[in-house]
Amino acid sequence: MVHSVTARRRWVAAIGFLSVSALALSGCAQSQRDSGGGGKEGGTLTFGAAGAPKLFDPFYATDGETFRVSRQMFEGLVGFKPGTAEVEPALATKYEPSADGKTWTFTLKEGVKFHDGTAFNAEAVCFNFERWYNQKGAGQSDAVSQYWLDNFGGFKDTPDKPSLYKSCTAKDAKTAVIELNEVTSQFPSVLGFTSFSISSPDALKKYDADNVQAAGDAFTFPAYANEHPTGTGPFKFSKYDKANNTVELVRNDDYAGTKAKLDKIVFKIIPDETARKQALKAGDIDGYDLPNAADWAGLKSDGFNVAIRPAFNVFYLGINQKNNPKLADLKVRQALQYAINREQLVKSQLPEGAKVATQFMPDTVNGYNKSLTAVKYDPEKAKSLLAEAGASDLTLKAYWPSEVTRPYMPSPKDLWGAIAGDLQKAGIKLDVVTKPWNGGYLTDVDNSIPDLFLLGWTGDNGTAHNWVGTFFGRTDNRFNTGVSPWGKTLADALAKANSEPNESERTKQYEEINKKIMEEYLPAIPISHSPPALVLKSDIKGVVPSPLTDEKFGPASKG
Amino acid sequence: MLRYTIRRLIQLVGVVLVLSLLLFAWLRVLPGGPVSALLGDRSTPEKAAELTKQLGLDQPIVVQYFKFLGRAATGDFGVSTGVQPGDSALDIFLQRFPATLELSFFAILIAIAIGVPLGYLAAKRRGGWFDNLSVVGSLIGVAVPVFFLAYVLKGVASSSLGLPSSGRQDAIDATRVTGFFTLDGIITGEWDATFNALEHLILPAIALATIPFAVIFRITRAAVLDVLDEDFVRTAESKGLTAPVIRRRHVLRNAMLPVVTTIGLQTGALLSGAVLTEKVFSFAGVGEALAIGFERRDYPVLLLLIIMATIVYVVVNLLVDLSYALIDPRIRTR
Amino acid sequence: MVLGLSAKKEKIDATAGVSLAASAWKRLRRSPVFLTGAVIIGIFILISLLSPWLAPHDPANPMLIDQVVKARNEIPPAQPGHPLGGDLQGRDFLSRLLVGSQQTLIVGVGATLIGLTGGLILGTLAGALGGWVDSLVMRVVDVMLSLPSLLLAFSIAAMFARPSQFTVILAVSIVQIPVFARLLRGSMLAQRHSDHVLAATALGVKKGAIVFRHMLPNSLGPVIVQSTLVLATAIIEAAALSFLGLGNPDDRVPEWGQMLGDVQKVFDTHPHLAAWPAICIIIVALGFTLMGETLREALDPKNRR
Repeated sequence: MVHSVTARRRWVAAIGFLSVSALALSGCAQSQRDSGGGGKEGGTLTFGAAGAPKLFDPFYATDGETFRVSRQMFEGLVGFKPGTAEVEPALATKYEPSADGKTWTFTLKEGVKFHDGTAFNAEAVCFNFERWYNQKGAGQSDAVSQYWLDNFGGFKDTPDKPSLYKSCTAKDAKTAVIELNEVTSQFPSVLGFTSFSISSPDALKKYDADNVQAAGDAFTFPAYANEHPTGTGPFKFSKYDKANNTVELVRNDDYAGTKAKLDKIVFKIIPDETARKQALKAGDIDGYDLPNAADWAGLKSDGFNVAIRPAFNVFYLGINQKNNPKLADLKVRQALQYAINREQLVKSQLPEGAKVATQFMPDTVNGYNKSLTAVKYDPEKAKSLLAEAGASDLTLKAYWPSEVTRPYMPSPKDLWGAIAGDLQKAGIKLDVVTKPWNGGYLTDVDNSIPDLFLLGWTGDNGTAHNWVGTFFGRTDNRFNTGVSPWGKTLADALAKANSEPNESERTKQYEEINKKIMEEYLPAIPISHSPPALVLKSDIKGVVPSPLTDEKFGPASKG
Repeated sequence: MLRYTIRRLIQLVGVVLVLSLLLFAWLRVLPGGPVSALLGDRSTPEKAAELTKQLGLDQPIVVQYFKFLGRAATGDFGVSTGVQPGDSALDIFLQRFPATLELSFFAILIAIAIGVPLGYLAAKRRGGWFDNLSVVGSLIGVAVPVFFLAYVLKGVASSSLGLPSSGRQDAIDATRVTGFFTLDGIITGEWDATFNALEHLILPAIALATIPFAVIFRITRAAVLDVLDEDFVRTAESKGLTAPVIRRRHVLRNAMLPVVTTIGLQTGALLSGAVLTEKVFSFAGVGEALAIGFERRDYPVLLLLIIMATIVYVVVNLLVDLSYALIDPRIRTR
Repeated sequence: MVLGLSAKKEKIDATAGVSLAASAWKRLRRSPVFLTGAVIIGIFILISLLSPWLAPHDPANPMLIDQVVKARNEIPPAQPGHPLGGDLQGRDFLSRLLVGSQQTLIVGVGATLIGLTGGLILGTLAGALGGWVDSLVMRVVDVMLSLPSLLLAFSIAAMFARPSQFTVILAVSIVQIPVFARLLRGSMLAQRHSDHVLAATALGVKKGAIVFRHMLPNSLGPVIVQSTLVLATAIIEAAALSFLGLGNPDDRVPEWGQMLGDVQKVFDTHPHLAAWPAICIIIVALGFTLMGETLREALDPKNRR
């Protein structure tokens, strides 16, 4: 199951300095970027998708396969600069905050039309915001309006769950004013998420867009989401041939920006990874996402373009201190760190470009502490630390997930094989349990059943809070840091840093926190950052790999 | 005859009800399930609890089961969470069933086209090297894991012959009428669509054909052996009828009876084999949906598809029994 | 015969007696096909028993891990000391193949034993007691048989929250229970009115004794045939379970089906990782099938001409 980076967002109530530059990621310059202009006109791009899109209304979308399709048809007020997590103008040409940071004025692009021919203007923008804010019933479910809940909080009729959003006013046709209840550094970058793309108000009304129903044990969506997505993007919805498992988009000839070169994009759903690879080799498809790291070299030597995204993730060995009191001893956790040969693991099991993690965030995030170095593999030291802690006969209940691959964890089985071997060499006994990712693994990890578990995180944006804040910002987290006295200290320090208005001061605080996490707390063992890839035929030009998997096919060409 | 049919159908309803209760209880007891599938790895205990309540999954299983039966009566068997998230399970079955039927049809066709003549020849040359070779060959066919064979076919044939290795059809403009892609092209006159669909069918059909092939071959051989020994063939020979006439009139027709039965009995094996073959070739049929359903723990889809597979299996066997009784009067008197 | 599903599968005459076995054995001894199967299985069992001593290395030890570089698609090639190279985790592949025979044998035998025991209990109960016990048992058997067997095995395997080698064995064995049950019940029913049972009853022999001394031994022939065939299918089905991700996820102790089912991702780049266990499975399954089929033919009274 492939989820995009954007599949997880947490609303971070950051009361911080308003600065788009906080999101700037310096290290993401792209080599594969096409200078544009060139490239043949016409043709069909066939992309191998790992799963069927759930629907075509990005507001209700939650998974990568759904976003990938929507992303080509819709645009938001802002977008991300190709290949980076940097915000750039999209449907809004300009955006300015008021002095208190709570009122934002968006100047809109003119002459933009929705796919149904209606005009894009400030009223349409406000209609969309009001639509999101006024979700009712099943539309408020976590499984449905996930992105709104995570980024904007509650809805109009949920007074117990406050919302970041206050109001939207159409000052004139090209000026929309959005008022917020709080100040957050996440705004306006959240508007670049595909979920907050602007839809045609006419189409939304006509096709009953908000009519989501909880039916039995799942949700059903209205015609808008299933058959009539209407945005402003370079491609229009054509058809979803369910019998043949293909989704087809065609070029929007009335697109306001640079028109797409391709006539069509076809998403061909091929759930089996090996089948995707073979389909690419056989010429059935032009590319697919997340090729198995073991195939990169082979694909390259066959002449395919393996576009490697910047590693914007962390893979860690989680430790839960709840059930085994020995794990609350720092020495024992340090012993685990010494016991794992991370360097060899990265070299042998992870793709080219993967790095040993020195802390819980990659170096492109503000607050990354450059002075930290990875602890060297030392099984003897691990043994002596265990002896010192009186834990020489340590037996741990360890979990690893089956039936899943994640960008940070390409093959859990092989990774676990390596880690388990190392731990056993250090004399730690393991009671190994494996469960399917969706069939109990996450549930058990959430319920503190394992002592050790494999997990990771793919970043949503470049703020440190999105990383360490997510992991340790609360004491009842997946590591149960509340068991140790420092758990509360750490959570408090994270909250303080997050609300620090001065950017350089904030960065300093995070660097300090990262140092403490690694040297004094060690709540889990960060293992690696590994770059996910995208593979394309060599004649496909203009697709820029993005750390947020925000690849747009608008500028792409074939041949 | 009619009473027999009705009795069997009533039993089928009973079996389906028992099975659905068992499957339902099983799926509800399992960890994960719809909540885990919907929330993914951003799930928290509170969010999960809230959604569990919202979906009514906190009620007793019996209550949930009767609610499910109530919805099922209106054709609502739940919504997919993994195979085609958001689609109704029934739609998924209806879309995909023709694909599996089409694939099985071609697989059986291939198996018959090779198995019957081979079995006939082997029987005629009983004990000879041709016979021994084809018997052992058919046993090897049973011993080869079908997904392995599918991969071999895919690796070898698709690269050397340029046959497509996945899907049912390229994304060409084809009108959908029946859901049987080869038939649709014939009906609408879109011959290229039929041809394209056939190209996609060949390899998976060959892989799947090994399952019924071995049995069809062996049964044909045994049946022909039996018939060759029987009196009427000897009589025919003594009447001076020429070999081809005997073959046509008597031997093959009589030998076809067990072959028909075998096809019925092989339905189950074909359905199971389709799970493996369709997965290898990403052939969008019921089998692939089951394979993905198991992998992604898509409980509503698994529930419906397993029940549907059971119904198909039982009904096909009933039909075979009935046709058998029609062809061979000796059985009717039983 | 309620659903009539497996009725025709049972071509074996249930009254096959001891004298038949003797004459069958006579013919089997001279059958090259049977002997081929027996030799294959003999070698297989020998290897699996001796594998701990035959294997040059520890199959769980990733000794070649430094040669494994995933991104550059390097899997340890054949080299001195490692004639077949290493696997994806740098473990000696030849050792894994050799030791894998052990678990494979365990899966086959374990599945057959469980299926046989379950079928024995149900079939004997139904056949010997008759009445409502018979009806009840046969209803259960009908429900189980109304599902395609491999599909039932998939469903059972998916049912366990904590998959392991044992759950794999259970999944492939449970689907065999109704087959054995039906076989034994049919055999028992046929014997209830046979001369030797009637004679024993007339002589006042207890029912239990009749079942165990007379009826069960007489049903042995078809049961042995079926068991031989189940040994083959169990091994193949275990591979299919691994292929669907329903197998034993812990691969420290190797098993052929698991080795084959797990390497689908590298099938096109490193076909040997799949081909070796596949060939082993095919040969062993063929061995069991050859034995089973020739046994079946030998025990078929129709062939006693």
